[in-house]
Amino acid sequence: MWGLDFSKIDWAEMGTASTDTLQMMGYATLFTFLIGLPLGVLLYTFSRSSSAVLGWVYRILSLIVNIIRSVPFIILIVALIPVTRAIMGVSSGVEGTIPPLVIGAAPFFARLVETALREVDRGVIEASHAMGATTFQVIRKVLLPESLPGLIAGMTITAVTLVSYTAMSGMVGGGGLGDLAIRYGYYRYEKEVMIVSVIFMVILVQVLQMLGDRLVIHFTRK
Amino acid sequence: MIELKQLTKIYGSKKKMTTALSGLNLKVNKGEIFGVIGHSGAGKSTLIRCINLLERPSQGEVWVGGTDLTKLGKRELQQHRRKIGMIFQHFNLLSSATVYDNVAFPLTLTGTPKAQIQAKVNELLALVGLEEHRGKYPAQLSGGQKQRVGIARALASDPDVLLCDEATSALDPQTTDSILKLLLDINRKFNLTILLITHEMHVIQSICDRVAVIHEGGIVEEGPVTEVFLKPRHFVTREFINRDAAGSAGEEGLKLAASVPHPEWARLVKITFLGAKTYESVLSQVVRETGVNFAILQGTISTIKDVPYGKLTVSFEGDDEKVGRTLALLRERDLDVEVIG
Repeated sequence: MWGLDFSKIDWAEMGTASTDTLQMMGYATLFTFLIGLPLGVLLYTFSRSSSAVLGWVYRILSLIVNIIRSVPFIILIVALIPVTRAIMGVSSGVEGTIPPLVIGAAPFFARLVETALREVDRGVIEASHAMGATTFQVIRKVLLPESLPGLIAGMTITAVTLVSYTAMSGMVGGGGLGDLAIRYGYYRYEKEVMIVSVIFMVILVQVLQMLGDRLVIHFTRK
Repeated sequence: MIELKQLTKIYGSKKKMTTALSGLNLKVNKGEIFGVIGHSGAGKSTLIRCINLLERPSQGEVWVGGTDLTKLGKRELQQHRRKIGMIFQHFNLLSSATVYDNVAFPLTLTGTPKAQIQAKVNELLALVGLEEHRGKYPAQLSGGQKQRVGIARALASDPDVLLCDEATSALDPQTTDSILKLLLDINRKFNLTILLITHEMHVIQSICDRVAVIHEGGIVEEGPVTEVFLKPRHFVTREFINRDAAGSAGEEGLKLAASVPHPEWARLVKITFLGAKTYESVLSQVVRETGVNFAILQGTISTIKDVPYGKLTVSFEGDDEKVGRTLALLRERDLDVEVIG
């Protein structure tokens, strides 16, 4: 078919690459969530604070987030090699890819969290304060549940972004489908592996997006 | 129960300041329904939000149940706020929580045991008539039902005071009346003090005991609703009364009555009845005694809360002495008589 010979694909290698991608994406999504959610809540809380000190903390935090977000991921990976080595003990392979993935994606997710929290009706927050809720109670019992669909949508976008980020992990020998596609398709002109890898990634992204959309609909009460 | 002393609220920075409230004083007694009426921008929203310190006053004291809230720290304020219920124009319910969970919300804040929450919420849902809707989300409810959830939620922590911030302004007239009736029931059942703000005279007339008229950040008129409604002194109060359907009918009728050709020697008189006298045959008794003739040009009978009142515009025909005696007799029977032409 179109001069392509799919029989020369090494399916074992394809399987390893798929597992690597899923692992990188899975762990990175988990840690991005764990770091990005509190960071987003902090950004939101500080931006709403009337205190001048917290206003400055917000500006500084916001600046750091913006700086990380503006550095191209491929550069971030390389720049973070010492950090990665300090955290994981290694700076290559699947493990070596996770820290840069998380550091690259967490600020991105934090911004999405901040935006989702801003969408929460101010009246509801005010009503909670009127009922004597503490700031922590407002966050846990009002802001997070009320913005849940927005948070899930943000997590979905982040997970999809992480799939495309993993493609650059080849830089540090991280492996995965994206790396496979670049090595075979781009460097060796073996289109078959590239096509199959890309198809796998398309399927992965579709599944993620569908899952996210389903959850958003499930939790939307408006 | 609530006392505001020299309450002042100034918005904005040094460059551009807006005074929302200027040295306002107000006292609400325990167990009464007190209404504050004012145009938008008059400061009524700021006023009610200052009572639970959602808005911190620039100056002045806010006493609720014997405590000056402006002197409290954050923690103590949170404690005191739990004893001040509040309902809102746009209900402000948690859209992600069911009716049950919305009503339970204030109780979960204080870590109330589950069984206790359940008992309380069930009782409140029965009170506001929403037992069948307990599992629904706010988006599935009508405006009136949402406000009932709001009321149940506000009552969950057994408040001493209920603040109503334009609670019926987003509702249609029928629903408004059912919510007002519910508020009145609650007031009577629990002897709960209610402070409400509104721009509708109808709300004041239906359930309030006393009323204050707010204009440009200060109270311009205050008193029992019957008094303020029937004898408004300030022009803003008159505006509100005339804008109200029953009130404006009176005003229009008066103009009409004055334009009807009547003998020059006839006296045009406005008579106001209040209370049980509204239903008595006072007028016919009096004219039979004095022998003057009369024509009713315009009349209304309505109620203020549960006090009936009537307004009549009557043209008396007879000589000055007889008409004078008629008016004197009417006044003797405690009717309010005003000669207008």
